[in-house]
Amino acid sequence: MTDAVDAEEIRHVADLARLDLADDEVEEFVDQCGAILEHFEQLEEVPEVDADPDLVNVMRPDEVEESLSQAEALANAEESEDGRFKGPNVS
Amino acid sequence: MSLNAFITETDIEGEGDGPLDDTTVAVKDNISTEGVPTTCGSRMLEDYDAPYDATVVERLTDAGATIVGKANMDEFGMGTTTETSYFGATKNPVDEDRVPGGSSGGSAAAVAASEADVALGSDTGGSVRCPAAFCGVVGIKPTYGLVSRYGLVAYANSLEQIGPIAPTVEEAAELLDVIAGPDPRDGTTREAGADSDYAGAAEGDVDGLTVGVPTELVEGADERVVERFEDALDDLRAQGAETVEVSLPSVEYAVAAYYVIAMSEASSNLARFDGVRYGNSGGFDGNWNETFAKARSEGFGDEVKRRVLLGTYALSAGYHDKYYKQAQEARSWVKQDFDEAFEDVDVLASPTMPVLPPKLGESLDDPVQMYLADANTTPVNLANLPAISVPAGEADGLPVGLQLVGPKFGEETIVNAAAAVEE
Repeated sequence: MTDAVDAEEIRHVADLARLDLADDEVEEFVDQCGAILEHFEQLEEVPEVDADPDLVNVMRPDEVEESLSQAEALANAEESEDGRFKGPNVS
Repeated sequence: MSLNAFITETDIEGEGDGPLDDTTVAVKDNISTEGVPTTCGSRMLEDYDAPYDATVVERLTDAGATIVGKANMDEFGMGTTTETSYFGATKNPVDEDRVPGGSSGGSAAAVAASEADVALGSDTGGSVRCPAAFCGVVGIKPTYGLVSRYGLVAYANSLEQIGPIAPTVEEAAELLDVIAGPDPRDGTTREAGADSDYAGAAEGDVDGLTVGVPTELVEGADERVVERFEDALDDLRAQGAETVEVSLPSVEYAVAAYYVIAMSEASSNLARFDGVRYGNSGGFDGNWNETFAKARSEGFGDEVKRRVLLGTYALSAGYHDKYYKQAQEARSWVKQDFDEAFEDVDVLASPTMPVLPPKLGESLDDPVQMYLADANTTPVNLANLPAISVPAGEADGLPVGLQLVGPKFGEETIVNAAAAVEE
């Protein structure tokens, strides 16, 4: 359909995004993402624009404020241990 | 048959007797509501109970409102039809074979079917205005920074705002009065909106008002939509408004720029869903890369995966300049075009959606086609401007929405003009 993106690139990006894709999903995404990327190609025609956005940093003093309790923060976790989130092995 | 407007029905009663006493509100399910599920329409958050209230939810209950449910939506706000929800599509109450629009489809359907008096949605690229147009109700996308996003589950931070949906312009403006104004918990809010009286602006006095009509936003639309739009312009002229054609050449690139920016921000925002602190767990076997990938592959639907993949791609080494940088250039260009237009006109008018509400199941197979339906709404988010969709009659028995765009923090102007369309 299009050669904007191939299966190898989709697998690579899926790996970066921590998504497992089945083979048929890869095929579908190659077609659909290819068509979408082709639509994005038109952005190459956009001229450079001289813009100076009026951005300012919004800061507050770094002071301790009221926040969730440990129990509230852990309430949605699948598992916790000794008041901490439990995660898979990192090694 | 139920419209499937709500993912969770609730009965959260406000305190005191504020302006929304005796008013029932539907809240889009990506807005955190303490102690009840906040699913974002996703399997990922099927069992997630928000541990705190979003600022807008606090303001609703402080104003006396009763929250009757968490409204159905496209998964994480990613869609134009509410069909990408893990909890099934919402039906359009006007014609149950058709979509209600999206992504805030549950919110608009609930209001149109009187299942709630008013509703909150969120609008990243049209997600309040599109369903308002398709369901025949009023929806407002506020100026970026008018309404706090604290507690809104992020999809694309630089583009989105929470906005009201209501049967009339005045009721939508009244709800905006309640939720607008600065919030120390959202550094992008401004002083604007602190003592607003948008409801008082809903006078419909357009005598002497100059309405610009961007030709680019009318040309591609369905003839039946354009016909209703032209009728509404005739009506505004009869009430003393002047209409002039304007040109916004940059908007031809808005859909592409919007999707590159939204997908890029989404790929980063949705990286938080690893199934450890909340959300669908990938278990504890194997190494963390594998379990995170398992959690995410099970938890996310196809449209979310598509956008995360494309966003990751657009930001990856070698492609950043081609896609993301160019999209930001286009965004600056769109802003500049609008700024120049507002030197000569008070508001800009166009059809909200270039099409009538499609049938259920018709849109999902061709993502590019679905994205192009956002042609008239996405430029407004790119430019950080306020816009309202107001009903402008029906075509073939289906609602047509008219969009009015105003200058930055020009909510009074669009509310006033929309009230004239309504009359």
